[in-house]
Amino acid sequence: MKIVVCIKQVPDTKGGVKFNPDGTLDRAAMLTIMNPDDKAGLEAALRLKEQYGAEVTVLTMGLPKADEVLREAMAMGADRGILVTDRVLGGADTWATSTTIAGAIRNLEYDLIITGRQAIDGDTAQVGPQIAEHLKLPVISYAQDIKVEGDSVIVQRQYEDRYHELKAKMPCLITALSELNEPRYMTPGGIFDSYDKEVTVWGRADLKDVDDSDLGLKGSPTKIAKASDKVRKGAGEKVVLDTDESVAYLIGKFKEKHII
Amino acid sequence: MGLEEYKGVFVFAQQVDNILNGVAFELLGKGKELAGNLNTEVTAVLLGSGIKDLADKLAEYGADKVIVVDDPELKEYKTEPYAHALASVINEYKPEIVLVGATAIGRDLGPTVSARVKTGLTADCTVLEIGDFPLVAKEGEEQLHNQLLMTRPAFGGNTIATIACPYNRPQMATVRPGVMQKIAPIAGAKANVIEFNPGFTPDNRYVEILNVVKAVKNTANIMEAKILVSGGRGVGSKENFKLLDDLAEVLGGTVSCSRAVVENGWQPQDLQVGQTGKTVRPQIYFAIGISGAIQHVAGMEEADLIVAINKDEDAPIFDVADYGLVGDLNKIVPALTAALKSEMGK
Repeated sequence: MKIVVCIKQVPDTKGGVKFNPDGTLDRAAMLTIMNPDDKAGLEAALRLKEQYGAEVTVLTMGLPKADEVLREAMAMGADRGILVTDRVLGGADTWATSTTIAGAIRNLEYDLIITGRQAIDGDTAQVGPQIAEHLKLPVISYAQDIKVEGDSVIVQRQYEDRYHELKAKMPCLITALSELNEPRYMTPGGIFDSYDKEVTVWGRADLKDVDDSDLGLKGSPTKIAKASDKVRKGAGEKVVLDTDESVAYLIGKFKEKHII
Repeated sequence: MGLEEYKGVFVFAQQVDNILNGVAFELLGKGKELAGNLNTEVTAVLLGSGIKDLADKLAEYGADKVIVVDDPELKEYKTEPYAHALASVINEYKPEIVLVGATAIGRDLGPTVSARVKTGLTADCTVLEIGDFPLVAKEGEEQLHNQLLMTRPAFGGNTIATIACPYNRPQMATVRPGVMQKIAPIAGAKANVIEFNPGFTPDNRYVEILNVVKAVKNTANIMEAKILVSGGRGVGSKENFKLLDDLAEVLGGTVSCSRAVVENGWQPQDLQVGQTGKTVRPQIYFAIGISGAIQHVAGMEEADLIVAINKDEDAPIFDVADYGLVGDLNKIVPALTAALKSEMGK
C-alpha cells in the first residue's frame, strides 16, 4: 500500500504573529511546529504501515525551511519527503494551495491520501476536501478511526452528535482529527537517519496538469482586503477584595444592571 | 458569462434526520440583511429526502424562496451526493452569494462545492457585509462595489482578516453556529418552493454508510443558554464542578467549560467553549478559574456581560471581563451562590 500524507509547517500560534506589508503572513519570522491534525494523520499512516505494510510519503508545500517538518516526519518513520516550493506559489489561498498539492500528487502512486482536518494557522478545513475534488477522489473528512479492509478503508467519520461508519474504495482521501491518536515521538536514531533519507524538492515545473492562472496569490479567488491584529473590547473593572466584599461588589453591580 | 449575471443570496439550509439546524435560521437572518443591501432575495437551499415539509419553516425565518432537492440519495449526509446537489443548484440558479453553516457537514460540503464551481470560500466568518474592494480606491485599480466582505479570525484568534472574492462567483462563506442572529419568525409564512433534481448517478466517490452511531446526549446545549457558568483548569477537579452546578442552578444557567477541562476528562466536549469548541453569546458569562487563552476568548467574547473569577491577578481573562474578581474561587463561588439565593428569595 502506498500512502501520501500531506503535512504543513505552521506558526506556533502561542508565539507572536507577523505580517508582510501586503497583509499576508510573514511565515519566515515565526516559530514553527508540525500542524497537530497533520501529525495525527501521519501517525495513522505509520500505524497502517506497521499493521499492513506500506510506503509512507510525506508531502508539504511551503518555504524552503519547511524541509524541517519533512525531516521531523521522517524521524517519526515516514519513508520519503517531498517539498513543493516555488516563489510563484506564494500567497496561495485554499483553492490555489489545493490545486498545487493535487498537481504534485498527480506525479505519485497512491492508494490513500491523508491530510489533517485543518491547520491551526488558518483553521479553514478546506484544503483536504479540495485536493480530493481536484483529483476526483472520494473524501472522508473528520476521521476518528481508520481501518483497512481489502481494497477499502473503513472510517469513523465524526459529526457533532454522532459518527458514521463509512466504507470507501481506495484510492481515497481522508482528513484526520487530532483525536485520532497520540502521535509518537521522534527517536534519536530516526532523527539521525532522517538526514540520510531523500527529500525531493519540486517547483512549479513539476506540477502536473495545472494552469499558471490557478496558482499563488494571483490564482487565489479570495483576496485579503485588510488584515490586522485583533482589537478586543477593553477590560472592565477588576477588584481585589476579600470574599464577602467581592460578592457584595458583584451583587451590587447585578442590581445596578437589573439582573437581579 | 459575466459576474454581474449572478444574483441573489443563497443559504444552505442544513437538516439532519429531517430537523433543520439552527444555523440555517441564523444564516437566513444575515442573508436577508445582505439581500436587502443588494436589492435582491434570499433563497434557502434544502437538500434531503422527504423534507418538503420543512420549507415553510424556512419562510418563517426569512427565506423568500426555497429550492428543494428531495431525493432518497440525500437521506443521510454523504459528501458526494450533497456536493453534486449543491453545486448543481449553484450552476443552475447562479447566486452571487452562498452561505453555509460551519458545522461538521458544512466544513466538508463547502470546500468541496467551492472547488467544484471554482470559487473562493472564506471559513468561519464572524462579520459579513456589503462593501467595496479594494476598501479604499487605488489609482490604476478598479474599485468594485457591492462585494461581500467576509471578516474572520485566524491564528487562533490572534489576528483578524477581511476577505473578498472579487473576480469569482458565487462568493462563498461559512459561519459558525451562534454567530449570526435569526429574525423573529413570521408566523404563518408560506414558502415559495422551487423543486429541482439534478439526477444522481452513484460512482466511486459515493462512499457507503455501514453504520450510523448516535452519541447518547444528556448534556445541555450551551449555545442556547442565556447564562453560562464556565469553569477552567483552576476549578481543580471534576468533583469541584459542584460549586459551578450550584451557582448555575440558582441563576437558571448552564455549566460550560474550557478546553483544559475536557482534556482532563472533567466535562464532556459538548460543553467546551472556544476555538475548538462552541461559540457562545449568552447574556452573562461567568469565567471561573479560566485563564483566558486567546482560543477560549474567541468563543465567548461576544457575551453581553462577562464576569471573571480568578486567583491570578494577571490572568488575560481580566482583559475581556466586565467585572473581574481576584480571589479564590473555592471561597467566592459558594459565597456568591448563597448571596444570590438570599437576594432572589426576597
